[in-house]
Amino acid sequence: MQQSQIDAIKASPAYRRLVASRRRFSFALTALMILTYYGFILFVALSPQTLSRPLYAGAATSTGVLVGVAIILVAVGLTGWYVRRANQTLDPLMSTLLKQARQGD
Amino acid sequence: MKSLRILCGATLASAATFARANGISGPVPDHVELNPVAIGMFVLFVLVTLAITRWASRRTRTTRDFYSAGGGITGFQNGLAIAGDYMSAASFLGLSGMVFVFGFDGLIYSIGFLVGWPFVMFLLAEPLRNLGKFTFVDVVAYRFAQAPIRLLTASTSLVVVIFYLVVQMVGAGKLIQLLFGLDYWMAEVVVGALMVVYVFFGGMTATTWVQIIKAVLLLCGATFMAVSALAQFGFSPEAMFRHAVDVHPDHLSIMAPGKLLKDPLNAFSLGIALMFGTAGFPHILMRFFTVPSAKEARKSVFVATGFIGYFYLLTFIIGFSAIALLGQHPEFFKAGADGSFNLTHDLIGGSNMVAVKLAQAIGGNMFYGFIAAVTFATILAVVAGLTLSGATTVSHDLYACWLANGRADDRKEMRISRISTVILSLVAIGLGILFENINVAFLVGLVAAVAASANFPVLVSSIFWRGMTTRGAVMGGALGLVSSVLLTLFSKSVWVDVLHQAHAPVFLDNPALVSVPLAFFGIWAFSMLDRSARGRKEQEAFAMQEFYGHTGLLPTEAVNH
Repeated sequence: MQQSQIDAIKASPAYRRLVASRRRFSFALTALMILTYYGFILFVALSPQTLSRPLYAGAATSTGVLVGVAIILVAVGLTGWYVRRANQTLDPLMSTLLKQARQGD
Repeated sequence: MKSLRILCGATLASAATFARANGISGPVPDHVELNPVAIGMFVLFVLVTLAITRWASRRTRTTRDFYSAGGGITGFQNGLAIAGDYMSAASFLGLSGMVFVFGFDGLIYSIGFLVGWPFVMFLLAEPLRNLGKFTFVDVVAYRFAQAPIRLLTASTSLVVVIFYLVVQMVGAGKLIQLLFGLDYWMAEVVVGALMVVYVFFGGMTATTWVQIIKAVLLLCGATFMAVSALAQFGFSPEAMFRHAVDVHPDHLSIMAPGKLLKDPLNAFSLGIALMFGTAGFPHILMRFFTVPSAKEARKSVFVATGFIGYFYLLTFIIGFSAIALLGQHPEFFKAGADGSFNLTHDLIGGSNMVAVKLAQAIGGNMFYGFIAAVTFATILAVVAGLTLSGATTVSHDLYACWLANGRADDRKEMRISRISTVILSLVAIGLGILFENINVAFLVGLVAAVAASANFPVLVSSIFWRGMTTRGAVMGGALGLVSSVLLTLFSKSVWVDVLHQAHAPVFLDNPALVSVPLAFFGIWAFSMLDRSARGRKEQEAFAMQEFYGHTGLLPTEAVNH
């Protein structure tokens, strides 16, 4: 790709919007993961009795086990969400942009 | 807080959990007999991997083949290989052992090890693939002065690789002694020799397939174990937990947090080291250059995260079912004079042997041999990846891109990488033997802290912050490196446990809580203070870097510094 085409893309508002939304998405998911993990650690450190509560009356399984498994699923789920959005939305937008720029001259 | 360091060992390497003088070790067997089934299965694994190496060596002609398997690995294969690289012998044996002793707390640690992966996905995977060629140093060096950046990041990478290798070697020696009845030094030589053969002849292709095979074997073995164990409770986790609570010496408290995490500050610090350390390990980051596109890079992180998460769930089930089931096998324990034993203290071989003992209880000697062989294979896969990463750092980052100014002769570069492979393995064997009787737990924490405080901040800032300059990168990275090394040196793990002083001057067991922010601050401050013309040009180059990072259109010659 020609440098002039690249410069044109970089200057276009559509490209800036796409880059910004991609970055926002990355940072938002990062923040979500940090909140989930450290939220859990805070519970462990400050309110362990919440996690020790039995899942239902008379159960040996504690709430904490369920929460722990849920966090593992959240971690996998968030990475899956990222892949899905990147494949279905962000990548096609970028390739459309590039195609338009190539046809532009 | 000895337990926190043990936990660290559990993911990152074997040694911490296998090191002497740790909190959850148990009686050592007086004499281990050679186990023919285990050795037979292991020999089979070696033969298969050697055949693959032979095949891979025919496809390893250029440095590109050697470093990145020619970029021809698919996202799914790479995801499995990453999982194979990350699920160390220690995370299998150490985590299931920790669940066995502490119950629920083991799960807290598994989660800590897993959450690094989403960060790799959200922040690093795509820009790495799009901007780098063979190492993460390529990405950092994209818009900055080559010499200082390469020198700094290559040295932090080598520190990480060599110490991590030592940790693995020491752990491997002790484990193999316990499982196979081989002498310590013999185990070192076998591991060292095999890793040279894989890497020297087969480069990234052989290393990748060794990791894939190992991941599949480990996942299948652990699945079989967890399912068979659960079957004994009618597939009811509640029944398994109920039984475990009844027989464990700590009873209901094993279902609740509390025994390991008494000190939140240390827990936070360790959490930071684990999370960001994963995203700063050179041998892990290197795997993203083996796939053809950013899309495949994303897929590989998703596959890896899924398998690693699944694997941690299995270790949790294995640990709990072991509590419930191992007590029925008094022959696994060192009983007192009255024939009674304590479930968590008297297991022969210590709590690291929980998973293998459970294998024996479930599937007899055959399955025990299988799991022991898989554990050995696991060590090989991890050390091969480390060695390859170290050799690439020397031949690509230091020789080709810096000393030869990007005009290296391919054959000469290949020769240098192969010589580095041999030297690295000799160093690993030598240090492994030298460190046999030293408590290497501190190295585990150190390796994670250096990766988290020197590599990760520099890498992530170079990708996301326009304002960073060479000066900021070098000063920030150096601050992270120096502070993490110094703080570790004065922490309990070295000052008290290795140097036998009474009190450690630094109360943090892992320095990451201080050293990671310090590195980011250094990058910010020295970049802001940098008013040089070069610094301004580097900031202006960010727009192009961002473009290439998002589009993957970077011409390959341009990366060929």
